[in-house]
Amino acid sequence: MNETMHMEMTVNGRVRSLDVAVNHTLLDVLRDDIGLTGTKECCVVGECGACTVLVDGIPMNSCLMLGIEADGAEVLTVEGLAEGGHLNRMQEAFLDTGAAQCGFCIPGQLMSATALLQRNPHPTVADINEALAGNLCRCAGYQQISAAILASVQGAAP
Amino acid sequence: MNDTNGVGARAHRLGGADRVTGHQRYVADIPMAETLHAKLVTVDCAHARILSIDTSAAERVPGVAFVMTAADLPQPMPRFGPEYQDRPVLADGEVKYHGEPVAAVAAETKDAAEEAATLVKVEYEPLPAIFTIAAALYPSAELVQDPSIRRPGPHIETNVLREYRFGWGDVEEMHADVVVEHTYTWPMQTHFAIEPHGFMAAPDGDGIAAWSSIQHPYQLQKTLAKVLGMPMSKVRVFAPDPGGAFGGKQHPKLEPLVAFMALRADRPVRLILTLEEAFQAVRRAGTEIRARMGFKSDGTLVFQDYVNHFLTGAYADTGDRITAKASFLTAGPYRTPAVRIVARSVLSHTTPTHPYRGFGIPQVTWARESCLDEGAIALGIDRLEIRLRNLVKYGEEHVPGDTPADGNWEQTVRKAAEEIRWGTPLPPGQGRGIAIGVKSGPTTGLSYSTVRFLADGSVLVFSGTSDMGQGARTIFAQIAAEELGVPLDRVAMVMGDTSVVPYDQQTSASRSSVLMGNAVLNACRDIQRKIKAMASHLHDIDESEIVVDRGVVHLPDRDLPIVDVLKAGLGRMGGELVGNGESRKQADPDHPLGGTALFFEFNCTACDVAVDPDTGETTVLRHVTVGDVGFALNPMQVTGQDEGAAVMGLGHALMEHLILDDEGRTRNLGAIDYRIPTSLDLPLELHSFIVENADGPGPYGVKGISEGSLLCTAPAVAAAVRDATGVVIRDLPLSPERVWRAMQEQP
Repeated sequence: MNETMHMEMTVNGRVRSLDVAVNHTLLDVLRDDIGLTGTKECCVVGECGACTVLVDGIPMNSCLMLGIEADGAEVLTVEGLAEGGHLNRMQEAFLDTGAAQCGFCIPGQLMSATALLQRNPHPTVADINEALAGNLCRCAGYQQISAAILASVQGAAP
Repeated sequence: MNDTNGVGARAHRLGGADRVTGHQRYVADIPMAETLHAKLVTVDCAHARILSIDTSAAERVPGVAFVMTAADLPQPMPRFGPEYQDRPVLADGEVKYHGEPVAAVAAETKDAAEEAATLVKVEYEPLPAIFTIAAALYPSAELVQDPSIRRPGPHIETNVLREYRFGWGDVEEMHADVVVEHTYTWPMQTHFAIEPHGFMAAPDGDGIAAWSSIQHPYQLQKTLAKVLGMPMSKVRVFAPDPGGAFGGKQHPKLEPLVAFMALRADRPVRLILTLEEAFQAVRRAGTEIRARMGFKSDGTLVFQDYVNHFLTGAYADTGDRITAKASFLTAGPYRTPAVRIVARSVLSHTTPTHPYRGFGIPQVTWARESCLDEGAIALGIDRLEIRLRNLVKYGEEHVPGDTPADGNWEQTVRKAAEEIRWGTPLPPGQGRGIAIGVKSGPTTGLSYSTVRFLADGSVLVFSGTSDMGQGARTIFAQIAAEELGVPLDRVAMVMGDTSVVPYDQQTSASRSSVLMGNAVLNACRDIQRKIKAMASHLHDIDESEIVVDRGVVHLPDRDLPIVDVLKAGLGRMGGELVGNGESRKQADPDHPLGGTALFFEFNCTACDVAVDPDTGETTVLRHVTVGDVGFALNPMQVTGQDEGAAVMGLGHALMEHLILDDEGRTRNLGAIDYRIPTSLDLPLELHSFIVENADGPGPYGVKGISEGSLLCTAPAVAAAVRDATGVVIRDLPLSPERVWRAMQEQP
């Protein structure tokens, strides 16, 4: 058996207390130990962005971080974006622009976009393309994704 | 038309909410108790004789259930494949490509499976590998496949899997003022769906259940039934939406292995490939195409003459069909008195060629459109003009005996020229290109659909199509909403279960909007006939006086909503109306491809680029694609598919290629070394336009659309690079290094 360590983290507002294998990534812990499979696994080398989650507000490739490194952290995954059972503005905008095609990269795109808007509430298309360059979309809906992010902040207070 | 719900509406994707909340379940996400995890065992060799496999150390790892080797499978080794039954369930005595699995571990945890896989000791003798067309065709080349598993034929003692000869007229007898001849190559590339392939199997009573991220669940059902010796009724395939496929998830690959493992374990077994393993599971055919074109001095084409070599893998998979179907249309949409095409699919020690968006047409189009440009330049004729001069008219045959041009293609080309502002000057260092792509849709096809109109006026649509991002689910629901006059949010789709949903041949060749679309439409029409009978009975009016159309029942003196007739007709007992629909594209045994094209996907792409003379880097400034789609059932989804294909095409043109070392092993496995376009690689402007003349064979005049805009991306971009720099490049990709070197070598 693998060595385990006890850890506690807050995932989508809920405190999780669990023993995790020391060699497991945060991605493994989220998907296999907690059962939050919205975060996706693809390249496992930090290149594709499908596993992006926010750790204390910072977008991280959860495949590159050990689970135990998130001990004490606040983790936000795609499952935590909807508010009170309703899609948030950005999720709605993704549907309005047709940004989610096969959908596999979309959780990561949404998390990177969420982080972007937290540090820059009024990004340009160039800002968006720069911030999301680490999130590959093979359906290549990059224009629909940036349009959705722009639409989600339109009307918001400057 | 129904503005917000029905056909032609920019309706939200069905399944969209699950995709933005993380609730969409792909194969890796499906919870399943008591599941064993599988891990493949491979050797770092493209070709090797397996001498022994020692599993003892691996089996001592705690949690390991067993290690499956060829010795644990029935003998002779079960083989399967879409055309040739040549692919073994596990490597059979010999590894024939880099990454071919020789064994697989089943364990209680992923960690145990991964650890044990490294402890399986495979003793092997490396053998020379054949991984280029030249080496495979060398007269004394070793045979990749033993003749005993080949179909009898003239090439059985060579590495030519099959040779095709297409054409018409006599090329040798034609007189041309100018002849242009060059060879154009296209490298092997990988699909890189963001979801690597996932498979799962579980015993199911005296049968088996299998889950796969597959485009063709009914082909998988048939394959598993055959290799396992079970009736198809005992094989239940679940096909959750693939997380991108692009052709790479069409036919069965590792599902038979996982099924044998599940039967041995008497438990569910799941195998999720790594991205690296996905690279080694499927790839696009590499090609070398020698093109020779003869012109009159005014640019009229006199002949086209091609020799096409497609580098197929160690097993045929779909490589031979790709060679045939793409080569058949090598001469494109141009009126040409004489055409000769010799095409060979060539076996090699490489990953089996799998379908890849465009099905070989991007490769032949690269050669044809590039050669046509070289002809135009030699003749001093404008590159747009030479295309328009030779382009067939609406209804004119471009390949004798096949379906004639089924669209106003000149309209498409002129639209692209207008949108790129063809003929306007560009600053130095910039260039402009234009190219045309045309692809045959399916040559045969069969789709069934069942539609259930429930007592409350809501609707269930059953469709065996796989929704891999193209949005099939949405458009079929839109068709049902339109025909049955119900809001889209009252239509639910049932897909992805071969025991519940009627047969569909496959999800490929941009066929589903036409073939399955017609099946859904016909199922709705079946319901409309039953509604008509109900209305006749309820109102004592002869059926001949009643018309049911798009959700409305027209009686001689008034109109009724279809739902009112349904409810009244069903009465207090309730129940439902069931409609069945079928859609078929008949085979034609006399046709070289077994059938004529159901429709053509026609695209014209034009672009402006800038090339940095210091780095050779190409920036696409403006990229325009125009596709003849017939009718856009959902314009938002059409744009998504069209732009997506264009960006994928730019990846193929500018950056993507699998790199093999001198022993035939792939050296750029994975996301770090194989680059695909990111948001920073987008053209500075990307515009997708459609031509709609409602002249397709699908519902409301629709044609297939999902491949069009990558068919001719590479020649359009290369033409623009040449226009900008003067360098002619005939090998892809147009990487900065390749462009820079060509610029240095310029006289």
